[in-house]
Amino acid sequence: MKTPPKIISETLKLAGTSVELERRGKGRSLLLLHSEDGFEFDLPLLDNLAKKFEIVIPRMPGFGKPSLPNYLNSIDDISYVWLDLLDRLDLTGVTVLGFSVGGWLALEMASKSTSRIARMALVGSVGVKFGGAYDRDIEDIYFHNAGAVRGLRFADPDKDPHLDLTDLSKRQAMTLASSREAIAKICWEPYFHNPSLRNRLHRVDVPVQVVWGAKDGMTAPNYGRALAKALPDGRFVSIPKAGHFPHIEQSDQFAAALINFLEDTKGAR
Amino acid sequence: MDFYHFTEFAWPHLPPDDEFTSARLNLPSSVYDPKRGADLYNMCLDQYVLADELGLNCMVNEHHQTATCLNSSGTVPLSILARQTKNARILILGNPVANLADPIRCAEEMAMIDNISYGRLDCGFVRGVPYELFASNRNPTETSERLWESIDLIQKAWTTHDGPFNYEGKWIHKRQVNVWPRPYQQPHPPVWTTGGSDLAHACRTVARGFTFAMFLTPVDRLSQMFKGVRSWCKGQGLQRPADDKFAFMPLVAVGETEKEAREVIERVFWYVVNNKAEPQHRAPPGYVETSLYADFLSGRFTGGRTDAIRKQGMEYFRENHVAIYGTPENVVGQINALHRKTGGFGHLIAMLHAGDMDFDVTAKSMTLFAEKVAPHLKDLGTVSRNFGPLRKLGGKKAA
Repeated sequence: MKTPPKIISETLKLAGTSVELERRGKGRSLLLLHSEDGFEFDLPLLDNLAKKFEIVIPRMPGFGKPSLPNYLNSIDDISYVWLDLLDRLDLTGVTVLGFSVGGWLALEMASKSTSRIARMALVGSVGVKFGGAYDRDIEDIYFHNAGAVRGLRFADPDKDPHLDLTDLSKRQAMTLASSREAIAKICWEPYFHNPSLRNRLHRVDVPVQVVWGAKDGMTAPNYGRALAKALPDGRFVSIPKAGHFPHIEQSDQFAAALINFLEDTKGAR
Repeated sequence: MDFYHFTEFAWPHLPPDDEFTSARLNLPSSVYDPKRGADLYNMCLDQYVLADELGLNCMVNEHHQTATCLNSSGTVPLSILARQTKNARILILGNPVANLADPIRCAEEMAMIDNISYGRLDCGFVRGVPYELFASNRNPTETSERLWESIDLIQKAWTTHDGPFNYEGKWIHKRQVNVWPRPYQQPHPPVWTTGGSDLAHACRTVARGFTFAMFLTPVDRLSQMFKGVRSWCKGQGLQRPADDKFAFMPLVAVGETEKEAREVIERVFWYVVNNKAEPQHRAPPGYVETSLYADFLSGRFTGGRTDAIRKQGMEYFRENHVAIYGTPENVVGQINALHRKTGGFGHLIAMLHAGDMDFDVTAKSMTLFAEKVAPHLKDLGTVSRNFGPLRKLGGKKAA
């Protein structure tokens, strides 16, 4: 019988900002940056990863007890807090695993400094504008009804962990509501991207694996290909029968792609 | 009590009900026919000219990307009325300053209109309904702060007469603010805001000496808010706000007979029936308070105010004073009763036109209202004795 790795929860104060985080496992440092939906705190693959990595999972303020402070208005702002976190924990040679908005955060961090970062895997990452003014690079998840948004983000809409929220307690619903408010505050405009980021991507001088769901209708696979191409050492892999969250819809294939990348780049820094 | 005529300039020629999901935001403008639309604009403006002749005041508003309101700028009809009316107070309710790119331009336009109308402007500032955030792209988590920051800056810009000042606030940056012209009314036109369930906003409005307005709100809720403000003022040691710090807008129809009034109010009711919207457009994250948004996410809350009351039907509307209709005597009685139940209000904005009502039908209801209802109620309610913030009991002004 396997015993799941021990999870340590703590709250750190980083330059005035309270950050909740979980740590589990032993080995090289792996920083997991969750998506706008916060699906990633209990991914089954974490148990396996914890055998080789010390996984650090900070919660973006607004996704737990601490609310988003007034002075954090953008992913750019939050990326400084996460860089402070790496300093505080004195993590080096870090593998960053970022999902959607978490991928954007990883890019913001690495464009500022990769001194503590060895490599990154970005899953359905947003954050960059590739198309022209009239191109909708990232579909508007606020404008369409819940069913349509689900259809954009999942190849099989029944796999949406938020398919049915009617069983949520008021407290759970309040937590989810706060997290969505935090995301709206920092992602509404410019919509899920930072116009300056594209011209900073050359600074991301570490191997980056871009992972994409082949059926992602929120950010189409071509967006992922463009991202991999725009990075100095980017590579692209597509996961069939998956939308914006391939780690949810095709967890085995996703885990295989991730492990492949980690093996390929185990010598990085 | 002061009375205002209101029409929302709605486009009434909508597709069959099962062919569109929302009259707001995503309805293509192919549904709009410019030839009929031009007639509609002019017919609605004619109503306001008639209102002026009848001794009523005028209220205009704006909404965006919607068939429910063809005024995509309230400033446009307001400017026309500044010249085409002679005596009416002209009220804009209001300027969506939280969504505007430049609140100072709004200060300038309102000051111009105040001058052109020889000081007849009542200037409302609104946060805007949630639908507007998709048209304006404004972040829903910011709009309350932006509304008050804009109001503060506009008031300062209207009342500063010694050259440019610097402003670098949270949402607005202007290094050289020096608004020309200064308003005709001194120190500035009366200011209004609107609100729903946010009592703190209502209290802030009234304490500042502004007028707080609510629209189509059932009487219990209306009373709760108006009384809530009065009670808060008392708790703060402020003078009791006069009735003219409160305003209400119901649907209104007056007929020579009960039957005639009922037929007309059914046509005004069109606004409520056809005000279709998709649920996600009513609740972008951060617009409503977190608790209500949580209920929206978990399905505990499904519709907005209009949805809830729409289902209840006309009798419910009448009992709750959301729709006020009948013969003139009957309508006088209903307004008196509403005034009593709410603890008093000083402005009644009568939505006397909606849907496919033509000019003549509207004009008759307006005329009966102006000639046989308003004169009986003009002395109802108390009037503020001073302009500006409510005074602390003991003589000092509120902060």
